[in-house]
Amino acid sequence: MIRREFLRGTALLASLPLVARPAQAAERLKVGFIYVGPVGDFGWSCQHDIARKALEQALAGKVETTYVENVPEGPDAERAIEGLARSGCKLVFTTSFGFMDATVKVAKRFPEVKFEHATGYKRAENLATYSGRFYEGRYVIGQIAGKMSKRGVVGYVGSFPIPEVVSGINAFMLGAWSVNPAMKVKIVWVNSWFDPGKEADAAKALIDQGADIVTQHTDSPAAMQIAEQRGVHAFSQDSDMLKFGPKAQLSGIIDNWSPYYIERTRAVLDGTWTSGDVWGGLGSRMVVMAPFTNMTPEVKMMAEATTASIAAGKLHPFHGPVYKQDGTLMVKDGAVLPDPDILGMNWYVKGIDEKAPG
Amino acid sequence: MLLEPLLLTIITAATPLLVAALGELVVERSGVLNLGVEGMMVMGASCGFVVAILTGSSILGALAGIGAGMALAAVFALMTLGFAANQVASGLALTIFGLGLSGLIGADFVGARRDPAPKLHLAGLSDLPFVGPILFGEDGFVYASVALLLGVSWFLWRTRTGLMLRAIGDNPISAHALGHQVLRVRLLAILFGGGCAGLAGAYLSLGYTPFWVRGMTAGRGWIALALVVFSSWIPWRLALGAYLFGAVTILQLYAQGYGLGVPSQLMSALPYLATILVLVAISRSHGRGAGPASLGTPFVPDH
Repeated sequence: MIRREFLRGTALLASLPLVARPAQAAERLKVGFIYVGPVGDFGWSCQHDIARKALEQALAGKVETTYVENVPEGPDAERAIEGLARSGCKLVFTTSFGFMDATVKVAKRFPEVKFEHATGYKRAENLATYSGRFYEGRYVIGQIAGKMSKRGVVGYVGSFPIPEVVSGINAFMLGAWSVNPAMKVKIVWVNSWFDPGKEADAAKALIDQGADIVTQHTDSPAAMQIAEQRGVHAFSQDSDMLKFGPKAQLSGIIDNWSPYYIERTRAVLDGTWTSGDVWGGLGSRMVVMAPFTNMTPEVKMMAEATTASIAAGKLHPFHGPVYKQDGTLMVKDGAVLPDPDILGMNWYVKGIDEKAPG
Repeated sequence: MLLEPLLLTIITAATPLLVAALGELVVERSGVLNLGVEGMMVMGASCGFVVAILTGSSILGALAGIGAGMALAAVFALMTLGFAANQVASGLALTIFGLGLSGLIGADFVGARRDPAPKLHLAGLSDLPFVGPILFGEDGFVYASVALLLGVSWFLWRTRTGLMLRAIGDNPISAHALGHQVLRVRLLAILFGGGCAGLAGAYLSLGYTPFWVRGMTAGRGWIALALVVFSSWIPWRLALGAYLFGAVTILQLYAQGYGLGVPSQLMSALPYLATILVLVAISRSHGRGAGPASLGTPFVPDH
């Protein structure tokens, strides 16, 4: 289902008497967004939409935004992206990994339009990529899990076994082992980014099998709510889900796209936009941690210290030595895993018993 | 003891499918194909949640869900019975409309939370080990689904009205010639189907995962539709299919937790494969239980 909502900033413009000249209104830059889920998913797509609104506010009168939500990753995406380009958008953000090839195709056909693809790796003259270093946040929550778990078993609700999710699992466990080397992980894939019922079922399955910490790489707050009902702890994903787990939530990873969207849109307005790849983490605040709650002051202090040293670049979640499941040394002592290897990570670190995703 | 929570989870997963599919089964038995189950379901989820939050009552929420499903079904009835519009197109439009409208209605309630609908507690019985929580400790929706299953079976095969409804689904022209009110029966069937879909949706937002997010039905309406066809329009097979689908869905999640090493993509496809295979095998060995002969054909009485 595709719904379009054209938000015209006319009301905003009218409220600024000096700026309200028709000539300028006509020159407003149209910026389009494609979301994989509904804006009300309380997760991934919701965070992109919050940033879209922030962009409208920050550059009021200069931009006009439009979005298409619930776009399936596949041929439909190409149509939706092309639709935005045709309707006069000069800058289009496609906000899910699965939109990559569709974005590349449409970017070729519309050389005068700038495209920004989230979490992908294919670039062109008019196609830039950007993503958050979510694995940095996952290292921090992994450490918290290591301290807070009594049974030493964490349940991981995964969406799809793609590198972004796999590197997240690895970073989480490396964080957990840094404080509790005996920590175990159970992984359940729901093969969907957004299916509240299935996410809840997966969380139940994991808790029934002994997990007393649940973490998720899916988009709805269902797993958090189950954790709250079952009296175990959980981490939120993409946005702060504390409301759904007032006693359960320890922390979580929050995507913060606003600064990037504003900066890139400004670059298009100034004519300084160039293609490139931005991968922001805790340091640039593209990834921020949800408040540290439901934990002792000591654990909180540890989490804050880890967050700060990752942000400052002093600690890298994939610092050597890192071994693959079969024992192969992947990162030498003193080195860190290079970015391309993190982006393409399809192997589990040693200590994870699950079969590597194929 | 892992079996008990496992069974409880399977029941929660199967119930919304069963309820929505039973409603659609009655609709299709009357000769009408309503592809709008997903739309009516999601309307039930959003309206049910909104009313439950505003009134604080799960029962009122469930009733609102039923009402919302029926309201949307009434639109479908107006189009397909009133204007004899194409049922496939109308049903698809209904789904798109329902997904959009439910998002609008629920927009201010995204992020609101409430406790799941209360579960039955009978002193003594509910505390029995194992059977207690499973038989006597479910929420109202689960008991409603069982009542619906028995009610629909009894109605279709043990009552005159049920016989008439099936006759209308097979041959509305003859039924009309015999003096039966084809459009009235179909209208009531469509409303019943809408009410069931709405109830199934309300179960999602009140019992299964008690919150509202857009599109939270995530395709369950479509699975319900498929179950109706694969069960050859027979209620007990439908129940089997719904529980089988729920069971395999949940079992594969538990199996993954055990780390069996089977690719998760294959695991996720299992519920569909298993359900189709079993239901097709049953209908081959027990006869096809032929579907309604005039399914999807509009009927215009020649006054």
